[in-house]
Amino acid sequence: MTTAPREIEELIELMAKLPGLGPRSARRAVLYLIRKRGILLHPLADAMHAVAATARECITCGNVTTTEVCEICSSQKRAIGEICVVEDVADLWAMERAGMFKGRYHVLGGTLSALDAIGPDDLRIPRLVRRVADEGITEVILALNATIDGQTTAHYIAEELEGRCAVTSLAQGVPVGGELDYLDDGTISAALRARKAL
Amino acid sequence: MMRGMDWRDQGTLLSVRKHGETSAIIEVFTENHGRHAGVVRGGVSRKIAPILQPGAQLDLSWRARLEDHLGAFTVEPVKSRAGVMSDRLALAGLNAMTALLSFSLPEREAHPRLYAQSVAMFDLLGQSETWPIAYLQWELALLEELGFGLDLSACAVTGAADDLAFVSPRSGRAVSAGGAGEWADRLLPLPPELLGVVTGGSAGVVEGLATTGHFLMHGLAHSLGNKPLPEARARLVDRLARQAS
Repeated sequence: MTTAPREIEELIELMAKLPGLGPRSARRAVLYLIRKRGILLHPLADAMHAVAATARECITCGNVTTTEVCEICSSQKRAIGEICVVEDVADLWAMERAGMFKGRYHVLGGTLSALDAIGPDDLRIPRLVRRVADEGITEVILALNATIDGQTTAHYIAEELEGRCAVTSLAQGVPVGGELDYLDDGTISAALRARKAL
Repeated sequence: MMRGMDWRDQGTLLSVRKHGETSAIIEVFTENHGRHAGVVRGGVSRKIAPILQPGAQLDLSWRARLEDHLGAFTVEPVKSRAGVMSDRLALAGLNAMTALLSFSLPEREAHPRLYAQSVAMFDLLGQSETWPIAYLQWELALLEELGFGLDLSACAVTGAADDLAFVSPRSGRAVSAGGAGEWADRLLPLPPELLGVVTGGSAGVVEGLATTGHFLMHGLAHSLGNKPLPEARARLVDRLARQAS
């Protein structure tokens, strides 16, 4: 039985496809948007329209942007010579939230995966190798996930860049606020291997 | 009322695939139930995702309404093998093993002997300089278990047990240098490493992997509909070859 006009049902169906939303929560969200039409629905529709028209990948690093080259790549304040390699745009945003890294990024668009038949050419690895040569990069920081696929990709990139620049990776170990008792043995052994003098 | 199916076993995680927003479908190699898949509810959560790394040893409880259903796992970590992540070669070994097991084992068919050999091999990765020789022996065991075993005990031509230098690409039997004669260039190499002998260096292991690779490709993969061998194995061979050169 249809409970709402076709256009609204269509919107609910589309909203239900978003991560974290199901049919019920999408219905609630759409009802809320309709009730707040002036302050939420119209601005949201305008913003989505603008993003749909302009969103694209940065031709240099693969970041999501609305211009050809993203703000980070075109910024004069960013250190040249350092590239931080991340798996996904969400990881780039996480690094930016930390505010520690002042260089530029390279978004791979995934990791090598035998299971999903994702090879080096399916990622932006060849482009990274070209950037290292063209931009005079002295250090590549591999900020890839501490998973088997993430580290397999990190080792592959390190091999590809051998002799071209310094390649470093993020440390692995005890997270801030973490308690040893709750850590898995893989993390504890990684932390022990990466111990430092105090 | 029909009683649900369930069992408890230990196994090694071979692969993980995201299923919906919160769950994962995992594939494990268990002692008594062979290669088996199932859903892990909440498998991508912060709590469970670190446990579900390929190569991890897990205590598994599987439950389904009917035996041929995919079913759901509850998992408890037994041993993480994430320690190999910092060792480039050992990580390549782990990837090759999980990919080959996933590629070659029939579903839900127990292979307890291969399971024991695989667990021992997983534990050995990166632990000593000679683990690549053990890996080579493990590939021989995999071929043997799946019906493509090599007979390296004596020469197929002369019957001699010494001076073995080649393997016949057709029969998988050893051939001595004397017995090979003018056929030598058509035979596969039989380095001492293939017989489990440690000589030092990776060159012999790479030669041995070329021989096992022939039988994996022309025997095992051929029987599976000529599927290409997993890329992860080629990466391991490539790494070992770089080390040898």
